[in-house]
Amino acid sequence: MDSKIDSKNEVPILKNKIGLEKKDYAGGASTLCTGCGHDQITNHIISAFYGLDIDPYDVAKMSGIGCSSKTPGYFMNKSFGFNSMHGRMAAVSTGAKIANHRLTHIGMSGDGDSISIGLGGFCHVIRRNLPLVYVVANNGVYGLTKGQFSATSYKDSTLKSGEKNPFETIDICTLAIDLGCTFVARSFSGDAKQLVPLLQAAIKHHGTAVIDVISPCVTFNNHDGSTKSFSWVKEHDVSLQELGFIEATEAVNVDYEEGSVELIDMPDGSKLKIKKLVSREHDVHSRLAAMKVLYESKANGELLTGLFFIDENQKNLIEVLELPQQSLASFQGMDLRPNDLSFKKIMTNFS
Amino acid sequence: MSQVNDFVINIATVNGSGSQSANTILLKTLFRMGIPVGGKNVFPSNIQGLPTWFWVRASKKNYTGRRELADIVVAMNPQTLLSDSKLVKTGGVLLYNSDMRFDLGNLRKDILLVAVPIKQIVDSVAAQGKIKKLLANIIYVGVLADLLELDREILNSAIKDQFDGKESVVDVNQQALEKGLEYSKNYLKKENFPYRAEKQDEVNSQTKGKIMIDGNSAAALGLICGGATFSAWYPITPSSSLVENFSKYAALLRKTDDGKNKFAVVQAEDELASICMVLGAGWAGARSFTATSGPGLSLMQEAIGYAYYAEIPSVIWDVQRVGPSTGMPTRTAQADLLSSVFASHGDTKHPVLIPGTPGECFEFGQVCFDLAERLQTLIFVLSDLDIGMNLWMEDEFKISSKAYDRGKVLSEDELKKTTNYFRYQDVDGDGIPFRSLPGVKHPAAPYVVRGSGHNSKAQYTESGDEYLEVVDRLTVKWQTAKTLVPKPLIDQKKAKVSIVAYGSAESAITEARDLLRKEGIETNYMRIRSIPFSLEVEQFLSEGQRIYLIDLNKDAQMLGILKMELPQLGNQMISLRHYEGTPITADKISEFVIKNERG
Repeated sequence: MDSKIDSKNEVPILKNKIGLEKKDYAGGASTLCTGCGHDQITNHIISAFYGLDIDPYDVAKMSGIGCSSKTPGYFMNKSFGFNSMHGRMAAVSTGAKIANHRLTHIGMSGDGDSISIGLGGFCHVIRRNLPLVYVVANNGVYGLTKGQFSATSYKDSTLKSGEKNPFETIDICTLAIDLGCTFVARSFSGDAKQLVPLLQAAIKHHGTAVIDVISPCVTFNNHDGSTKSFSWVKEHDVSLQELGFIEATEAVNVDYEEGSVELIDMPDGSKLKIKKLVSREHDVHSRLAAMKVLYESKANGELLTGLFFIDENQKNLIEVLELPQQSLASFQGMDLRPNDLSFKKIMTNFS
Repeated sequence: MSQVNDFVINIATVNGSGSQSANTILLKTLFRMGIPVGGKNVFPSNIQGLPTWFWVRASKKNYTGRRELADIVVAMNPQTLLSDSKLVKTGGVLLYNSDMRFDLGNLRKDILLVAVPIKQIVDSVAAQGKIKKLLANIIYVGVLADLLELDREILNSAIKDQFDGKESVVDVNQQALEKGLEYSKNYLKKENFPYRAEKQDEVNSQTKGKIMIDGNSAAALGLICGGATFSAWYPITPSSSLVENFSKYAALLRKTDDGKNKFAVVQAEDELASICMVLGAGWAGARSFTATSGPGLSLMQEAIGYAYYAEIPSVIWDVQRVGPSTGMPTRTAQADLLSSVFASHGDTKHPVLIPGTPGECFEFGQVCFDLAERLQTLIFVLSDLDIGMNLWMEDEFKISSKAYDRGKVLSEDELKKTTNYFRYQDVDGDGIPFRSLPGVKHPAAPYVVRGSGHNSKAQYTESGDEYLEVVDRLTVKWQTAKTLVPKPLIDQKKAKVSIVAYGSAESAITEARDLLRKEGIETNYMRIRSIPFSLEVEQFLSEGQRIYLIDLNKDAQMLGILKMELPQLGNQMISLRHYEGTPITADKISEFVIKNERG
């Protein structure tokens, strides 16, 4: 795929390397509010998969409950989807992935779904390092139930009614880093340049990749006093790096100043290109540095975005469970029934 | 004259003192001598220091159910010595640890008191520290071995097997056993001892081809043979040993040639997660299950409704314990029946399989996945603590030779030949739609599974008509289930009195019916093994005149379901309920029936 071609000015036969057009990655029409940040995320997901030449049949779309969790209906109709229960995306994905680890699983969740009702699942899927792209579409508000505070709302931010949030916010990224997450990033739904490569790296990542995507709710949390509104995010967003994704088959052409660019090797040979910004020196391989940079930026009143931490060396759950190449779901009777001899041997324990 | 191969021993100890090994050795020895036995462990929800009892029942008549009183009580626990002494039957024996320095002289005149100075005997064994403490238990086995005339060779083999051939442990235990025997020979009068175990030869052995097994081990083996590849669970008494055994045996039976696992087990963060993992795996096409007990079942409610409505093959194995709430975690009950059949909010109904023995745990471990995948729904298996954790004598297990029924799954090739495949459409009129599995590459295959309103094409809907099309089909499916679930076991004697029971009540039934027969009351018997009720259940109930239904719960839950499902038949039944946490006894059943029959 050549990203320089603007499809509007070309005959619409742009295809990726597996011969699919971008429309082959489309889903149903969105029923979210016009202007919803989640619809932007949906588009970036489509771009990410299209750009990586991944067959939609090889992807499973997982979600919980809430506005965010409706999005699997809006992208990649050729992928199976599991719109599960409130707070249960992580657990359902764990079972689905173990049963068929040959598929790529992308989990769509929200701040209510992951950080309140599903906080246990969020923590434990990270601990287990399940290979999963875990997107939290974070708007700081319960949208489907019409505008209550969520646990990611900042202290003292306000509801539409003016009511102030008296409680501390939970930071998805510092929490994930502390839990041992092997890929932690934050982005903004409106930032395609940053979010698409982050999604692509997350898709190629070896374990759990958490991306906290600030995704404004135009209906219930886009007012003054909100810290998740489009205008607040635009005013406070500070990018930690410039990101790019290089597929395994692409030639690496680094034309930046030496030392300012880091190429991170993904397991399949692709690379995440990180161009460090002069004022922001950060080591993405250090949890300590990641915590520090996040705490500091928060103290400065910034919304720091970018890749905070990555570690491709930890075993993922599929490896820990010592599963074979073949998916568990594909084993049939003759593969699963014990043979009589070994079974008889076990029977002797009971006589 | 002594009573041969027919006695109940109750061993009262303190939990955490290591009596389990000694008790198992005793039980296995009797079993290997060809005598039918049952073992029931009554234990506290605690790790160390509280009273625990192990009941061994040897019965040439094959009565292995619980008895209220014992022929022999082995009293090792000073805390409960007094009350334990009351558990001895008139004419029976109280064998007690005389280190306890308790004057039993006037306690009971109607029983034989046998004092054993355990500490003194243990001290004569050359062993050190921690192991010495554990030897107290093998001492009473030694004394009993002499008094009951247990076969020495078999006893030694049982010790060897119990300690897995670890030589030093086996040696010291054999030494201690010897000391116990010696003490008995030297100081106890065997001629006064009223019970004896007699070894049965090959021909007369009543335990040939049999095994001694607990229902949780049996279930684990059944689930492995049944093709389970995934389990997610959260530890809870009394179901934990089921998944632990699944892991243990799967590691032996389920490896690929290059040593990888053809199974996966995840210990989840809670029961909400464990059932959700099971649903994820079931949706993806793996045979998956969770095991739990009451409180876990309560936590799983939302996902259970999801499985029902989204039609995801899955299995919950509930080893029931006493509720409500935390209840009595180490005591047995059948009180999750209603909360299983109707689990979750909204209109739901789930097929429930009810094994009555470990043998049926093994059988249903295989059957449950065929049903889950054929019916595309969640299947409950309701075991209980009595079956799950106690030792029952069963026929040696044989793996079913029947091919797995994977149900209506459309492969890529089949999809190519199919027009108009829609996930939730009833094509065959049996209420069961076709399904496709993630990863199948065909444009018609993918769908978004959801717990929200959906039409027959798996699309979101809020239309009443489309909603009805799906849920009314689920009712048709329930009717289909009636023809597929395990049928009841029936012994029809054309008598006026019928007994209907289910689950672990089975262990008391044969004896209860024999007791009734002695009183001139012949009975028919049916053991219900599943819900929904098959035609055979209806038939049996319609033929009965006076039907006694045994529920091991307070509110007669099975009676309630029968009344609901078969209103014309359910109302005539006489309900016997037993819900103190113990297995029901044959006496309780027979006395209840006699009282009702004779007025």
